[in-house]
Amino acid sequence: MRRALSIVLPLATCAVVAAAWELLALYGGFPPKLVPGLGTIGQAFVRLSANGVLLAATVATLYRLAAGFALAVVIGVVLGIAMGRRQWVEDTCLPIVSFLYPIPGLAYAPLFVLWFGLGDVPTILLVGVASSFTIIINTWRGVKSVKPVWLRSAEVMGARDRDMFRRIVLPASLPYIMIGLRLGLAQAWRILIAVEMLMSVQRGLGWLIFGAQTFLNTDVMLATIAVIAALGVLLERQVFTRIERYTLVRWGMVAA
Amino acid sequence: MTKRFSWVAVARGAVGALVVLAVWQAFARSGMFSTAMTPPLESVGRVIWRMLADGTFVENALATLARVFIGLAISFALAVPIGVLMARYWAAERIFQPVLSALLPIPSLAWVPLFILWFGIGNVATLLVVVYASLFPLVYSVWTGVRTVNPLWVRAATVMGADEGVLFRKVIWPGALPYIITGLRLAFGRAWIGVIGGELLASPKLGLGEIIFNAAEFLDAGVMLATLVGIGVIGVLFERFVFQALERLTVRRWGMVAGPAA
Repeated sequence: MRRALSIVLPLATCAVVAAAWELLALYGGFPPKLVPGLGTIGQAFVRLSANGVLLAATVATLYRLAAGFALAVVIGVVLGIAMGRRQWVEDTCLPIVSFLYPIPGLAYAPLFVLWFGLGDVPTILLVGVASSFTIIINTWRGVKSVKPVWLRSAEVMGARDRDMFRRIVLPASLPYIMIGLRLGLAQAWRILIAVEMLMSVQRGLGWLIFGAQTFLNTDVMLATIAVIAALGVLLERQVFTRIERYTLVRWGMVAA
Repeated sequence: MTKRFSWVAVARGAVGALVVLAVWQAFARSGMFSTAMTPPLESVGRVIWRMLADGTFVENALATLARVFIGLAISFALAVPIGVLMARYWAAERIFQPVLSALLPIPSLAWVPLFILWFGIGNVATLLVVVYASLFPLVYSVWTGVRTVNPLWVRAATVMGADEGVLFRKVIWPGALPYIITGLRLAFGRAWIGVIGGELLASPKLGLGEIIFNAAEFLDAGVMLATLVGIGVIGVLFERFVFQALERLTVRRWGMVAGPAA
């Protein structure tokens, strides 16, 4: 009974939400241009998939995400580890980092447009810079949380700086770094979609939504939003769970 | 992250800040770019002073903060019943879960163009973005918080004759509060990002995001930088004073440990 319900109830919710939307679209008295039915949204999805627009936009967005996130990882992990290992780096950088951290990355967007123009370069730079702060903070906390006993024992046993880093600091702080990367990727993803709307890039999912607004193509907007949702889930479930399995679980830092 | 106060750390922090400012100043004065794009510190300072003196900054910051707090209040009013129901009743969890997991991965700002079509540019669209951005952290924290309330306390209270109302007020609510406060903190962070983005895209009449957007039209980097500094200061103030004070007043005073780090 309970088991059957646990499958039926979520399906029922989806059906109710879909039906409510359909009723709203058909009988709500709104112009169908603004509130398209599910059929129209589906058609838009099929049309955009068939002519390759959706694929091109997805590829462009994912490319920017990958480039921006790579930048964020490099900045975040390097600076975070430096701050965690060397007190003077922490003292010098922490005030600046904690001042910049709460500024929404998007607020820099117009400034980046002014400095770097429109297009890919400022988008990637902005995504990279804006999502690096979470990674810096978490990496720094992770390195700080390494048990001093481990460090001292390794030192006593004659570990060189390089071994110490590779064998102790990195694995021990990895759970935090992974949290930082995970949060950073989610942040990069959210900023990227919005930045694409402001930076008038060549292609991209955010741009697709923003461009469709001009022509009142609500069906295209909703179809793109659905793609964004699906990609978000995929990034989280597939990419991260996998990386975690290869590193954390394998090194025995967390239970599977 | 409490640390012993040390003058060395303060001096180093000051040096770090000074180096950044000096590099900026050298860059701005070098004439590589026009001063409209990279204004030197004194002109940024003048802009900050002017915006503070004529009240533009305060007026716009209040408009932005009002949006954040109205949005957070709406989110909170929605999230508490949903989260509590999901945690207390198994069927409610099954009903809400699919909707939540479908909407959660969509960035709130992706909705802005659609909200603009539906509700026009301005306040409603911006407010909806704030609600959308802050709703999920709140629902998840209420849900987790209520679920992690020690079942022993709930049973003990029930045995002692507490009805649902008393149970909620005296056991479940305080028990879930560490998580809820963490959720509020996260939600504020999200709302703060959402409101600036919403103001940039949906252009309501007032707001810090709107100042930046307008300044972009006039290529006025000084105003943009001054506003960014203001946004940073407000963010730090809220994090440092409001949320830490809230934690002290509720969670620690009631003897509950702080929730997980956000």
